Amino acid sequence: MIELSSQPIDASAVLAAVEGEEEGGVVLFLGRVRRSSRGQSVRHLDYEAYPGMAETELSALADEARTRLGAARVAIVHRTGRLGLGEIAVAIAVACPHRAQAFAACSWLIDALKARAPIWKKEWYEDGSQWISERP
Amino acid sequence: MTRVLLFAGLAEACGCRELPWPEPVLPGTVGQFEAALREREPRLAGARFRIAVNQRYARPEDALAPGDEIALIPPVGGG
Repeated sequence: MIELSSQPIDASAVLAAVEGEEEGGVVLFLGRVRRSSRGQSVRHLDYEAYPGMAETELSALADEARTRLGAARVAIVHRTGRLGLGEIAVAIAVACPHRAQAFAACSWLIDALKARAPIWKKEWYEDGSQWISERP
Repeated sequence: MTRVLLFAGLAEACGCRELPWPEPVLPGTVGQFEAALREREPRLAGARFRIAVNQRYARPEDALAPGDEIALIPPVGGG
C-alpha cells in the first residue's frame, strides 16, 4: 500500500497492509498535525503533492527500505488537502522478522520521505500562513 | 509545447500552476533549461527548486527530449 489520500487515514488499514506470518516485528509511525510550530499556534494545514511523482518517490523509498534495510513489508499513506489539529498526516507501517530492523527502517523512511517526497505543507495561523520545509 | 509544472510556493509566486514554454527544448540539458528559464521568468528570481523530468529528480547534465514533463520542485515538506 503506497498512496496519497484526500480522506482521513485509517491506521488499522495501514497495519493490515503489512500483515504476514514471517515478520515478528511491526512498527507503525503516525505523523499528526500539531498545534505548536516555531512559536506559533497552528489552526490547520494544507498539504499539496505532485500526483504521480509523489507515489513514485514513496515507492522508491519503500523499495530501498526492503533491499537495503531488510524491511519485508512496507506501507505508506500520506494525506493531501486541508487537515485539522490532531489529524493523521502520514502513516508508515514496516514489518520485519525482528523489531530492531523494523524500528530502524521506519525511522529511516519518515526522514527520507520528508527529504525527498514531492509533498508540501502550508501552516495556517491566526494572522497568516507559510510553506514549511525542514530542509531548505 | 513543453509543460513546466509549478507547485506550492512557486505556483503562488508565479500565480499559475504551469508556465508556458512554447519553443522546443531540444537540444539541451536540464542545466541549460534552468538557466534559460530563470532568465525568461523574473518571478523565479532567487527561487530555490530542484527540477524533475518525467516525474523523476533530474541532474543538470541530463538531456531533455521533446514532450518531457518538467516540474520545478521547491523545498519539500511532507510528513
